[in-house]
Amino acid sequence: MSYQTDRSRVSGLGSAKKGTEHWVSQRVSAIALIPLAVLFLYTFIGTLGDGHAAVVAKYAEPIPAIIAVMFILVLFRHLRLGVQVVIEDYISDHTTQLRMLILNMLVWRGVAIVGLFAIAKIAFSA
Amino acid sequence: MADVNRGNRPLSPHLSIYRPQMTSVLSIIHRITGVGMSLSAVLIVWWFLAAATSPEYFEFVDGLLTSWLGLLVMVASLWAFWFHFFNGIRHLRWDAGVGLGLSASARTGWIAVILSVAMTVLCVILAV
Repeated sequence: MSYQTDRSRVSGLGSAKKGTEHWVSQRVSAIALIPLAVLFLYTFIGTLGDGHAAVVAKYAEPIPAIIAVMFILVLFRHLRLGVQVVIEDYISDHTTQLRMLILNMLVWRGVAIVGLFAIAKIAFSA
Repeated sequence: MADVNRGNRPLSPHLSIYRPQMTSVLSIIHRITGVGMSLSAVLIVWWFLAAATSPEYFEFVDGLLTSWLGLLVMVASLWAFWFHFFNGIRHLRWDAGVGLGLSASARTGWIAVILSVAMTVLCVILAV
């Protein structure tokens, strides 16, 4: 027999912590990606296969470079939040899930920074 | 209520007992395309890093992405992008409480599928 009330038994457990923040951030990044992804795709498809000089010249221009930077910033946030939900839903082992969630937090930020560095280098050196 | 045994309750959903529906299939494809495109994103960052490194290294990475296998991955990613794009808008409409009915969900689902294929074909034509 437990003397805990239902309220105290569930208090602080489960999803009732930061779900809203995650949910809203996922949607806001999705909305931002509607124009950003299309604009980025336009610059990317136009230069894929055109050779090194054309690619460097393209992303040395301010507007394609700024679009690429904004796209990477928002994309990897959206991507990280999405993969986080997939890990939470499908990895049932608690330790494995925790390890993958930590990896998820680190890896995508790392990849995003590599992308930002590459575009900055192209934009500022050409 | 505080002493209810929560250990032996049936879990839901039992995916295996449901006939796949168009809406549920699109839902899982939305996740698969999202996770799949995370690899496309890594490839594109690698491509940018190569462009920032040297012409020789760029030729290597660009050669991989424009090989027949690379182009297959790029076209698959392109379709994944357009599907996730249009189905994502469908999700945003649902989040706003619009189009949640059965027939509306089926209709917008097919619209997302058709538009994703059409935009993929259009982009491939523009890129060639």
